[in-house]
Amino acid sequence: MPNNSKGMYNKNLVIAGIVIFVILAAFPFWFNVVKSAPAPEVVLTEKAKAAKECVRSKEYMTTDHMVLLDVWRDSVVRDAKRTYVNPKGVEFNMSLSNTCLDCHSNKTEFCDRCHDYASVSPYCWDCHIDNPQGGIE
Amino acid sequence: MNANYMYSLIAVIVLLLLAYVGVAGLHLEVLFGIVFPYVAMAIFVAGFVYKLVGWAKSPVPFPITTTSGQQVSLPMVSPARIDNPNNKLGVVIRMLLEIFLFRSLFRNTKFEIKDTNKFSYEMEKWLWLFALAFHYAFFVVLIRHLRFFTEPVLLPVQWLEKLDGFFQVGLPGIFLSGFVLMAAVIYLFLRRVWIPQMRYISLPADYFPLFLILAIAASGILMRYVAKVDIVNAKELTMGLVTLRPTIPEGIGVLFYVHVFLVSVLLAYFPFSKLMHLGGIFFCPTRNLPGNTREFRYENPWNYPVKIHTYEAYEDEFREKMIEAGLPVEKMPGPEKNLEEGEKE
Ligand code: HEC
Ligand code: HEC
Ligand code: HEC
Repeated sequence: MPNNSKGMYNKNLVIAGIVIFVILAAFPFWFNVVKSAPAPEVVLTEKAKAAKECVRSKEYMTTDHMVLLDVWRDSVVRDAKRTYVNPKGVEFNMSLSNTCLDCHSNKTEFCDRCHDYASVSPYCWDCHIDNPQGGIE
Repeated sequence: MNANYMYSLIAVIVLLLLAYVGVAGLHLEVLFGIVFPYVAMAIFVAGFVYKLVGWAKSPVPFPITTTSGQQVSLPMVSPARIDNPNNKLGVVIRMLLEIFLFRSLFRNTKFEIKDTNKFSYEMEKWLWLFALAFHYAFFVVLIRHLRFFTEPVLLPVQWLEKLDGFFQVGLPGIFLSGFVLMAAVIYLFLRRVWIPQMRYISLPADYFPLFLILAIAASGILMRYVAKVDIVNAKELTMGLVTLRPTIPEGIGVLFYVHVFLVSVLLAYFPFSKLMHLGGIFFCPTRNLPGNTREFRYENPWNYPVKIHTYEAYEDEFREKMIEAGLPVEKMPGPEKNLEEGEKE
């Protein structure tokens, strides 16, 4: 310590400051202390299981599905091209509600589980229907 | 080329490579994903407290009187109650303005020689602007990262994400704060290399944190928009850390470990570097002491009794010799003494 160890000046204030600092710095530790927070398990529908494969490889979908959706969106809205051919040559109708949610019709147990955990709330559902088989159509 | 920033740049690149080789080559995920973060966190908290205690033990006996603004003095002179406050409330206001608005940077001036030989000081607000942008962007980024360290994620954090992604550009939506942070760091670096005086006074300790933060921001941006990592697994790792059940999930991506390692270095480096102004601002004597040196007398607490010999005593001792030598004396012996005192009145 750089100084004569006579003790601290304004001791109460400084100690209060240090306590606040430690509480803030340790926030994630005490905030999560009672709960265990397991990573979400996503559920595949029967239809998805039957299909076995997603539009692209699983690794790609896990990290980059939003990029794919962006490509689809631009392709449909800007170029009016609605057919996507994946690297394996399988054709898909580029549609959020009609394609993704056809296989993954269990949005709450699939998309939402991950998204809630990662704290993302895609605004797509402001316009796109999230349960295409659920009546409104 | 300048050794000061080259060293810092090389240091950061070495750190990057270290993490890259450590994880991609040697599979030391446990070291880079668990051990280093814990150690860094411990050093950060302990080092921070150590510094605060050290400062609290350093005596500051006199308020600094030359803060900008007129100190409270005679009633006819109007005082600057915030710049040079004489009470606690004023000091608190001055401190808050400093912390949230960087008031002292706002006073930054630029020296310039105009027309051949006239010089002038001009206002220079860029430093203030970019420093403000830098700190607030960093703060938003920090708070946003709570999404990786809390479950469930707090509502205010989600609001902040919404606000930060307000423009809804692309997918994943662009968070402005990250890019503002990058731009501001780049400005703060260029300022040091472009302005000759700044370059002259800049040391590796000035460049290193800038490069480190730049690398952290860049790896974060890459990880979110370009070379994506598995976010769900990444959160599993970070949640493992804070719930004291550390795990290394499969397949997160090397970039994540590089990012985490750089942040660990930043945390461990923090308390022992200039970055410690985060805590230091509260101990800054030009900000936290009232300017009341006219109202109160401050005595040096270490004054020890000094043997003094006043002029009066000196004259008493040598008066006769002084008179003999024709030197003027204040007290004349004999009847003249009364006469002098009468004159004085
Ligand atoms: C043909 C049915 C089908 C369609 C259409 C489909 N998926 Fe999938 N999806 C699957 C299957 C099956 C898996 C599991 C793949 C595996 O485990 O190998 C999967 C996996 C995923 C995963 C990874 C889940 C994880 O556990 O990491 C994501 C994300 C995903 N899909 C999103 C989408 C999106 C977005 C769309 C629309 C662009 C879409 N899927 C369209 C069948 C489909
Ligand atoms: C403001 C309303 C709105 C929002 C919000 C919105 N979209 Fe769309 N989207 C549309 C409209 C309108 C179309 C054109 C529909 C068509 O021509 O079939 C479209 C088309 C699409 C398409 C191709 C056609 C189809 O059937 O899906 C995709 C893919 C798509 N949007 C993805 C997204 C994603 C992903 C998001 C969220 C990030 C999103 N959209 C948010 C209105 C919206
Ligand atoms: C394996 C977990 C997982 C699954 C399953 C999943 N997502 Fe995602 N999704 C994510 C993560 C994580 C992000 C955010 C990435 C980031 O923040 O960098 C994301 C982001 C998105 C985004 C971009 C949001 C934004 O505003 O940036 C869209 C759109 C999206 N997901 C759509 C879907 C749809 C539709 C489904 C279901 C068919 C789905 N996702 C299933 C993990 C998942």
